[in-house]
Amino acid sequence: MAIRYYWPMVAAAVGFRLVLVLFGGDLHLASRPEVSTPLTSLRRLAEGYWLKQASLSPYSGSMYHGSPLLLSVLGPLTSNRSGGKHAHVYCSLIFVAVDFLAAMLIRGTGRRLQMSRNRSLKSLDLTKSVNNSANVSAGDIASLIYLWNPWAIVTCVGSCTSPIENLMVVIMIYGACSRLAPLAAFGYVMATHLSLYPAILIVPVILLLGYGPDAPPTKVFLVKSSSDSKSGMSEYDKRSSLKVQRFSWMTVLHFIFWLFIWSCYVLLLSSMILKKVGGLSEMFEKTYGFILTVKDLSPNIGVLWYFFAEVFDFFRTFFLIVFNMNILFMVLPLAIRLKHRPCFLAFVYTAIVAMLKSYPSAGDSALYLGLLGLFANELAEMQFTFLLFFGYIGVSLLSPVMHNLWIWRGTGNANFYFATGLAYTCLQTVLVVESVGSMIKHDRKLRLLVTS
Amino acid sequence: MVPPSPPPASILFTRLVLLFLLAAAAWASAVPPEEFTEELLLRPLPDRKALSHFYFRSFAPPAASVGRHHHLFPKAISQLVKKYHISELELSFTQGRWNYEQWGGFDPMSTSNAKPPGVELWAVFDLPLSEIDATWKNLTHTLSGLFCASINFLESTSFSAPRWGFKSNEGNLRYGALPREAVCTENLTPWLKLLPCRDKAGIASLLYRPSIYKGYYHSQKLKLRSSQSLGIILDQTLTVVLQPNTINGKQLHSSHGQLQPSWSMRHLFNRKLSGKCLVSKSSRIFIEVDKGIVDKINKSGSDLSWNNEFFVLSNGPDRLIKDLNDLEVQSSSIYEYDVSNYSEEKPFDVGITWKLPLTWSCTPSPFHVSRFLMGSGNERGSIALSFTSTNLHKKIFGSPNDCSIKAIIFQIVPWYVKVYYHSLEIFIDGNRKTVSDVVDKIHVTPSEDKLLPGTLEMLLRFPCSMQSATLTLDFDKGFLHIDEYPPDANQGFDIPSALVSFPEFNSARNFPETDPLLGSPLLENFQVSVKSYTEVLLVPLTTPDFSMPYNVITFTCTILALYFGSLLNALRRRIGEEERELKKTATMHGLIPLLLAKLRGQKVDAALSGSSPESTGSKKLLFKVVFVAVAAVLFHYFSNNS
Repeated sequence: MAIRYYWPMVAAAVGFRLVLVLFGGDLHLASRPEVSTPLTSLRRLAEGYWLKQASLSPYSGSMYHGSPLLLSVLGPLTSNRSGGKHAHVYCSLIFVAVDFLAAMLIRGTGRRLQMSRNRSLKSLDLTKSVNNSANVSAGDIASLIYLWNPWAIVTCVGSCTSPIENLMVVIMIYGACSRLAPLAAFGYVMATHLSLYPAILIVPVILLLGYGPDAPPTKVFLVKSSSDSKSGMSEYDKRSSLKVQRFSWMTVLHFIFWLFIWSCYVLLLSSMILKKVGGLSEMFEKTYGFILTVKDLSPNIGVLWYFFAEVFDFFRTFFLIVFNMNILFMVLPLAIRLKHRPCFLAFVYTAIVAMLKSYPSAGDSALYLGLLGLFANELAEMQFTFLLFFGYIGVSLLSPVMHNLWIWRGTGNANFYFATGLAYTCLQTVLVVESVGSMIKHDRKLRLLVTS
Repeated sequence: MVPPSPPPASILFTRLVLLFLLAAAAWASAVPPEEFTEELLLRPLPDRKALSHFYFRSFAPPAASVGRHHHLFPKAISQLVKKYHISELELSFTQGRWNYEQWGGFDPMSTSNAKPPGVELWAVFDLPLSEIDATWKNLTHTLSGLFCASINFLESTSFSAPRWGFKSNEGNLRYGALPREAVCTENLTPWLKLLPCRDKAGIASLLYRPSIYKGYYHSQKLKLRSSQSLGIILDQTLTVVLQPNTINGKQLHSSHGQLQPSWSMRHLFNRKLSGKCLVSKSSRIFIEVDKGIVDKINKSGSDLSWNNEFFVLSNGPDRLIKDLNDLEVQSSSIYEYDVSNYSEEKPFDVGITWKLPLTWSCTPSPFHVSRFLMGSGNERGSIALSFTSTNLHKKIFGSPNDCSIKAIIFQIVPWYVKVYYHSLEIFIDGNRKTVSDVVDKIHVTPSEDKLLPGTLEMLLRFPCSMQSATLTLDFDKGFLHIDEYPPDANQGFDIPSALVSFPEFNSARNFPETDPLLGSPLLENFQVSVKSYTEVLLVPLTTPDFSMPYNVITFTCTILALYFGSLLNALRRRIGEEERELKKTATMHGLIPLLLAKLRGQKVDAALSGSSPESTGSKKLLFKVVFVAVAAVLFHYFSNNS
């Protein structure tokens, strides 16, 4: 079931962005804490570029914490200001293109998922019983969600580099879904280089490359084949249904090979850009070190900034370890339970990272909400969707209000803003838990359908 | 040198002491002896105030010649110099702000003695570059102990190493400023202890605390210069601007048509001077009369004597010194008095009495510089530095239109004010200029969080025809950890004064007939380029809730535990098995498994539908338990009462 008016809606979303960029004037979105973080702020990138032009290291001082590659790509665009337009109009145009590309790749990913879903349902003889309830084109939905998500629009217009980071994650997932090892490796290396946290996506990427896109659990196929063999199914069919499960080591090795090549390439480029003005060790210290040690305590939509502004100094190291480990703790349990659905696993990891990362922003949420659309069919029976939907709206309305009261009017205080951050983290927790729960429930339903 | 009175000991010992003293005297005769001079300069100011500038110089010959013993020079200072290998050092404590418009911005007094509010310290070390930072930290601690001030706050995050903006050097200069530091007698007392007569005799005895701390501006400074060949020169100055209590009791603030207040030393300091400090080499008092007054006197055709048409000094001076500047800009005249002619019986008191109303103005600096903040809210803002021309260059250079004036800006910004240096914008007479047109040279040391303040050094070149210029820099306000806020966090944070110097303008004086004047360090010292400090800026920063740490820790950890627990629960849960388990538990008789099942929120009705007798049985059991509990409580209650 394809969506009517798909292309007009895509064009409208892109056009809306262009209108905002070209005619919106300076919306001051770049300084919103929800939009740009110390890592992604384009203003800081411009400062880094200026420092580099002054033959200082772009990382001297604590202004710039991004990648040297972005510096050389976007830096020249930030320095020439066109009169009347807001400062980073050229960069914003690039971001519009990047967003469009990301949406198209999400759509492509959705198609692959849809194909694999249909194939597996067919092999399970469940096409009728599942599809008559809901079968929408998930890729179209996901790409439209990504394009029309207000947060994605704000992120794109608000001159910060998160659209590029999101694109890299999407490239990685697309590449892995379509088994293009070099593309997946490129996306993985770039995403990790830009914001470190996508490093944990190595698990779903390898699973995707090894087993192929999402499918019902292996047990379902086994149950199916055993029931088929009872009912006297041909040997050939059994093998074809089991062939899906085999782990293809060649693709993974291919991926690892390309991973190595791309990381060498990125490091080489970085060191060439930073030549004479600083070294790679400084780059790692100022990018990854800055991410992991939460040095900047300026407010954002997460909770860690206030936590580390308030926590006693002698506990700081302990809590840094705890919070960073918290992301890693769930990697293995999730991977074990959801190994048959690597793409969904990637979505869950992205959501967890967006919730627990040290400098979260609306752009991270825009990414995982877009990916959520890919599983529209599987998650159709998710609970609390009403609460989540209005919770997200409420938080995104209240958070700027509280920030304004605290920072600009001086009538509120930090706790007001922190409270919205807490609520937001709660909502994300509910989203993650519910989506995982209903995906497991969906798999169980499939098994019941097969056995019955 | 007074030998200690010999104790009632053997004659041999006395002789030995004498021998030693003779030897020391012989040594001392070979090298220049330690010297001490004291001077005071008084000057009427155009806005009916009076400036008094105390100047004490101690000199110690090169260290090798005298060893570790001093008889005039303060030992604490010589130890400091030797230990930290200081070649130059200046420490100033200032309260109030020098009024560059009224009190002058061009004359040597304002360029070398107008200091930014609070504490300013800079030092040049004679050490390898790698050791300087560590030495600076030790130095700040030593000085803070020596002067009872919190100079040790300069050790970590608020000092910088300017290369040419403050004073050109080879990287061995460190500069730091604490604008918040309050100055009071506790800083003055240790400063006075460095003088050989303290405040018991000589000019320092004028320093009556209630009157000097009543002033509009108070700056106490200590300057050290040291080298292997010259020895150590220690200059201690105290600059005070006071409002004289007029003799006739008139205190009118309008200076038009009103007589300037007449004052004398007794009125200013509540003290008279009873002779000099006995160990001082020279002890002099100067009364300086501004160029504005001198011009008026010259114009009226009368003689520039101590008793002229406009004013009369209470005592006849020992000498009159005229300053003939080449540039014809600054030419004041100075009346000199020698204190050594006065004594306890004949105390010295000099004053000025005005005869005619007189208005004049001091020579301003080439540009009047002020600095202010723009923007509102606690997230971001801009620093603006504005220059307004005083057209001084036209008086000096004539008015060619193609000339340009150089200005050097030196500014330190604390790390929590995160300046975007790429956002520098320059407006000249209201028109935006490209940065490269105006900025000749720029050197930036960006600030590093919790480590290093940002330093900006800029050499600008303004066209002579310019009337006003404005520089703006955007910044973001940082957010601090709660421990980093001072006790009164909502007051805001201070950005130290910026220093603007004009290297093409020299405020040196020359006195043509001052050959015998060589002994006056107060007058010879005036050889510096014109510079002025801007205002201190007060930046309000957002504060977190200081009472919240426990709440924040518990809330955040609860959320994380919620996430972790519920996600793990969702993963662990196997619904099919649970249903089987539930069936098992439902068939078991008992209250606790039932309650547990209810608590878990699972539907037990289906399981229980076939076993209603059991459910009534469990209700009876519940009844029994409650009954027994109530009985026990009642029994306990009554047994306690009886």
